[in-house]
Amino acid sequence: MIEVLYFAWVRERIGLPREKLETGATTVADLVDELRAREPRYAAAFADISALKVALDQELSSFDAPLAGVREVAFFPPMTGG
Amino acid sequence: MRVAVQSAPFDVGAEVTAFTSGVRGAGAVVSFAGLVRDEGGDLSGMEIEHYPGMTEKAILGIVGQAVDRWSLKDALVIHRHGALKPGEAIMMVATAALHRMDAFAAAEFLMDYLKSRAPFWKREIRAGGDAWVAAKEADEDALKRWE
Repeated sequence: MIEVLYFAWVRERIGLPREKLETGATTVADLVDELRAREPRYAAAFADISALKVALDQELSSFDAPLAGVREVAFFPPMTGG
Repeated sequence: MRVAVQSAPFDVGAEVTAFTSGVRGAGAVVSFAGLVRDEGGDLSGMEIEHYPGMTEKAILGIVGQAVDRWSLKDALVIHRHGALKPGEAIMMVATAALHRMDAFAAAEFLMDYLKSRAPFWKREIRAGGDAWVAAKEADEDALKRWE
């Protein structure tokens, strides 16, 4: 079981802030492929992953990173703090 | 060092005064505050979303790097989330070092990293509708000077 979080326009496109998933994905990219295949709203949110960032257990990571041992995955657009 | 992520407004002057009076052994204090612009009246406010848990950790990591790199005596970051009005302070940084060059450089470093590496997302509330602020390539490029 993995917790997936969405922020900003990713959250809006998918329509929820977080969900728990059972997944067989071994990398972030695999998880994105699984999500895209679920419903059009996911396909829309993940249409262009070059426009997105990912954090694994609250650390910035990359789409080719492995998911082994990861409990929390977050997808969001580039950050606009400051 | 202190990091505060909060929805409540804060008093920039009072924070700088408290920071300056609390620091020991420094010869220079630099502070910066970022405010919500009004864009000539077009912008009525801002909503800032963040990632509770990761936000504090990410900022502490960035502050730790600045403290080590410029031998800071102290550092402060306050960043708001939630609803803000034009003219309100969104965030501030303060750095204390032995000499001004280090205090200035560390403050700029903190600002550059907070812009693109702290998990905040700004949404502008305008007369014509709301929109997420897009990240600027210039902000990402600004990080390269610290490599």
